[in-house]
Amino acid sequence: MKAAVIVFPGSNCDRDCKVAIERSTGAKVEMVWHGDTALPDGLDLIVLPGGFSYGDYLRCGAMASLSPAMTEVKAAAERGVAVVGICNGFQVLCEAQMLPGALLRNEKLKYVCKAVELEVTNSQTRFTAGYAGRREVAMTVGNGEGNFFADEATLDRLEGEGQVVFRYRDNPNGSSRDIAGIVNARGNVLGLMPHPDRAFEAELGSADGAILFQSALASA
Amino acid sequence: MRAKVHVFLKPGVLDVQGKAVEQALHGLGWNEVEHVRVGKTIEFDLKSGDAAAAEAEVKAMCEKLLANTVIESYRVELA
Repeated sequence: MKAAVIVFPGSNCDRDCKVAIERSTGAKVEMVWHGDTALPDGLDLIVLPGGFSYGDYLRCGAMASLSPAMTEVKAAAERGVAVVGICNGFQVLCEAQMLPGALLRNEKLKYVCKAVELEVTNSQTRFTAGYAGRREVAMTVGNGEGNFFADEATLDRLEGEGQVVFRYRDNPNGSSRDIAGIVNARGNVLGLMPHPDRAFEAELGSADGAILFQSALASA
Repeated sequence: MRAKVHVFLKPGVLDVQGKAVEQALHGLGWNEVEHVRVGKTIEFDLKSGDAAAAEAEVKAMCEKLLANTVIESYRVELA
């Protein structure tokens, strides 16, 4: 099993992701600089980490979505490789149009940093299979622009097709329909605002995030 | 040629920053203020002298990078 974490200038959860994946799954994790024009061979999972890529300039994730490494990430996703974008990584995936919608300023204009309870709304995806039988999982959020937005037709489609995989029990940022995480139509690209990388062992308050990485790699 | 690109959240998208500014203006007594929107302006020089070609180029820049048309609309001024 092999995973890669893409490192953008301003990423700050890149090492957290590496440690979380290694300890949760035993997979080898390579760090890939955003300017790289090739990914390591044989990847089973690519993670876009949280942080403030390119200083959040212009729009969160906008410039990162156009970086050379993202061209390769898109191509890998088209080949079926699993891709997870966490927090800023979710913003990058939306800006790259690998996921529908966009992340807006939080409804109350406040940066929220706290533990959240999530409902697993679809445990049939390759990222959430390990949550089967569990209705609720615990992770943490840390975002200022985590307010998921899409037009009504897109939201209906996401819900209808089972592409909404996580919902907040107590919506911290105003996200449409309490959405915390979605997958693409093919089911191999996941974006979520909560941090599984900050919830991978009991000492962190929750080990539920480990299951996400384990599921993603078990399905590879 | 100088290009000015104005980017705003689309009408159907809640502009929480605009709402906060509106409330602050109301707090200062300007109660007649409504529908505040906060946007941004991006200005730059273009070497091109051809206005039509420049407009097409700037629109392409907006679609590709300067605006996210899922949530934002843009307006281009050339002078």
